[in-house]
Amino acid sequence: MYVAVKGGERAIENAHRLLAHERRGDRDVPELSIEQISEQLSLGVDRVMTEGSLYDRELAALAVKQARGDLIEAIFLVRAFRATLPRFGATEPVDTGAMQVRRRVSSTFKDIPGGQILGPTFDYTHRLLDPQLAEGFAPEAPATGHASAAATPRVTDILGRDGLIEPSPAGDKDAPVGDLTREPLNFPADRDLRLQNLARADEGFLLALGYSSQRGYGRNHPFAGEIRFGEVEVEFMAEDAGFAVPLGSIALTECQMVNQFKGSATEAPCFTRGYGLAFGHSERKTMSMALVDRSLRARELGEEVIAPGQDEEFVMSHSDNVQATGFVEHLKLPHYVDFQSELGLLRKLRQEFAGANVTPPMQEAAE
Amino acid sequence: MTTIAEMPAGFSDKVLSAQSTFRSVMDAMARPGSIQRIVAAGAPLGMMPGAAAIALTLFDHDTPIWLDSKMSAGPDVGKWLKFHTSAPVVADSSMASFALIGDPQSLPALERFAFGSNEYPDRSTTLILQVESLSDGPVVELQGPGIDGTAGLHASLQPRDLFERLSINAALFPRGIDVVLVHDDSIVAIPRTTRLVKKG
Amino acid sequence: MNAPAYNFAYLDEQTKRMIRRAILKAIAIPGYQVPFASREMPMPYGWGTGGVQVTAAILGPADVLKVIDQGSDDTTNAISIRKFFGKTAGVATTTSTADATVIQTRHRIPEAPLHAGQVLVYQVPIPEPLRFLEPRETETRRMHALGEYGLMHVKLYEDIARFGHIATSYAYPVKVNARYVMDPSPTPKFDNPKMDNCPALQLFGAGREKRIYAIPPHTEVVSLDFEDHPFTRYRFDAPCALCGAGDSYLDEIVTDDKGGRMFVCSDTDYCGSRQSAGHRGSESAAPHKERAHG
Repeated sequence: MYVAVKGGERAIENAHRLLAHERRGDRDVPELSIEQISEQLSLGVDRVMTEGSLYDRELAALAVKQARGDLIEAIFLVRAFRATLPRFGATEPVDTGAMQVRRRVSSTFKDIPGGQILGPTFDYTHRLLDPQLAEGFAPEAPATGHASAAATPRVTDILGRDGLIEPSPAGDKDAPVGDLTREPLNFPADRDLRLQNLARADEGFLLALGYSSQRGYGRNHPFAGEIRFGEVEVEFMAEDAGFAVPLGSIALTECQMVNQFKGSATEAPCFTRGYGLAFGHSERKTMSMALVDRSLRARELGEEVIAPGQDEEFVMSHSDNVQATGFVEHLKLPHYVDFQSELGLLRKLRQEFAGANVTPPMQEAAE
Repeated sequence: MTTIAEMPAGFSDKVLSAQSTFRSVMDAMARPGSIQRIVAAGAPLGMMPGAAAIALTLFDHDTPIWLDSKMSAGPDVGKWLKFHTSAPVVADSSMASFALIGDPQSLPALERFAFGSNEYPDRSTTLILQVESLSDGPVVELQGPGIDGTAGLHASLQPRDLFERLSINAALFPRGIDVVLVHDDSIVAIPRTTRLVKKG
Repeated sequence: MNAPAYNFAYLDEQTKRMIRRAILKAIAIPGYQVPFASREMPMPYGWGTGGVQVTAAILGPADVLKVIDQGSDDTTNAISIRKFFGKTAGVATTTSTADATVIQTRHRIPEAPLHAGQVLVYQVPIPEPLRFLEPRETETRRMHALGEYGLMHVKLYEDIARFGHIATSYAYPVKVNARYVMDPSPTPKFDNPKMDNCPALQLFGAGREKRIYAIPPHTEVVSLDFEDHPFTRYRFDAPCALCGAGDSYLDEIVTDDKGGRMFVCSDTDYCGSRQSAGHRGSESAAPHKERAHG
């Protein structure tokens, strides 16, 4: 006698209870607070905000907690929430030239107006595990100094004044802002949509693609013109008021790559641009993004598309980790009926194969 | 001048009325020639309740709307649409997602609307035509997807040669024009796949 | 904190309008994949986000919803989706194919014939039937525009050359209304004939790939084949061990590690209804309760 498996509903409820239990872990260990995550795992929270495309530290930190530290799961939680939010419109373009800079490095010039500012970086730490941190440790107060009143113009603007780099395309203020979360994406896609896709893209995927371009798969000779991290003001044009209303400031990381020059018989040679932008402090993400942005401009710049990183359909269709993880992981859902169909076909083919290989050995010998 | 307070209301329940109207339109589109009823909605002067309900259900700022001369004769329809749907009213009919036709007798040549492209045949104009009757009048016999055999429609239709004009859909497919006929709170859909078999 | 508040059937009205417009175009152009701005749903891509969005856009309070996965109402994901709509839309749910007005499905078409007025919503992973032959969207779109499907025929023909048969057993391509080649979603090819001239409306939603397509009722749906290699259905040649049905698609149940196996209906409602009506298979439990007392 056979009894079909039932009770899926109970199983789901019990699984959720068990998950909550595992998430909490040993109850003798104090529970993590959202503030602790937001303050002490801040780069993870930044990544969740960037790839979740929602600037809300508190919700991103909650998502990290709920996801048990699985950042792709946390990004997914934030995205699903974001999709339900009403849209009031688009903000005014942020001016990263007016950023309150906390870190700023250029690899193209030794000194630049406003200076290089090393800021909080892992770059020159020796990667030695620190037992002090394990025990709990109160760091020294950071060194302070007087902020320079000097402006910090973008390095690409400095190059641009001499025409050494292609001009940043002047945006049409009245043109609608492309949004691939509200409009179906069609190929070929314009750069605004490509950049939006890259900003939401999986950091690891962009890292690998950017790396591949450096190793020769569509090389584009990058220099890190400038990487800056700090706060910028966000403003919203209120139609009724007739002026831009400040909404507050957000932390951003921006990377401007200076790349391989172009030129022709009619056009003086100049460097080309690759651009990366992310919420919070995300240098790896913005640098990778800038490399891939430049790679994806191959078509526009008349370069031969030979490498994966230059292939717009390939990159944009596979960059989103929420999509990718869904489709990869959905393989664990039941596929009984299609598998059964394959089994049936395979059994039949094997039967025919066996039949065919029993009868004709004589024939084969004769040929 | 109409104030907002004087503006004819839209749906009493925005969410559920839109749902039920959509189902009627979906059923109409899935069963060409069949008459579907639509829940009542407030409508401005010159617009039938069925057409108004369709507008409230499907129009928004992403759908440019074209109005024929009768619909745009007074300010009522345009204002009402803007207030309830935020849909932009456009002068160029070939840009329109939907065209509202109050005077079907002077329906412009179909070529003036969007047929979509072979790559994106969905980027076409849907015509919403207010007609005299969807229950009385000569019979037309229709065939195509959604119809089990043939479907008969008794209707007083303008323009008289509507179906002859729509035969362009056969030549252009998958490009084409989809039509929703409205009388009062009744609708009948004629998608681009529907073919005229016989006219009474 | 921004506490979430959700609309009837979860989706906001603007999203529903956008999906509804896409559904109408899909019905008007049978088999054509309408691009739509698929939203990020509170369940993973691959779990039926396309089907869920289509269902959410059509569902009303008067509907009776059935959700199946692999033909069964009891698989965990079917339960999960049914609960989602029970919670967000408060609609009545059922396991009965006949009683449902909207049926959302993954990988099967119910065995019981569908009737007019019903809507069958398919969850679709890869809507593009040409995708595995040509990965580029720009190329496949051109092929559909021209109705140029030679590549598909070449593939099927190569199968025959290599295996002696068309080696596609599920997601078997069809031609809709003699125009568009369409992917029926990963249903076993056993189900393909049910799509042809079906009285119900069939809607297909692919969330990750952002496409909606449709087959209106009573529309011709032909499985691609060749004159000398006609399309054939496949089912394991055995009656269901529970209800004895000889015409239903079967799940293979492995009963031990010594080659023991049995076959039962994949459509649990069909199988259960037959058992209620007194049909028995070789492995049936004791006669059904109602019967025993009756």
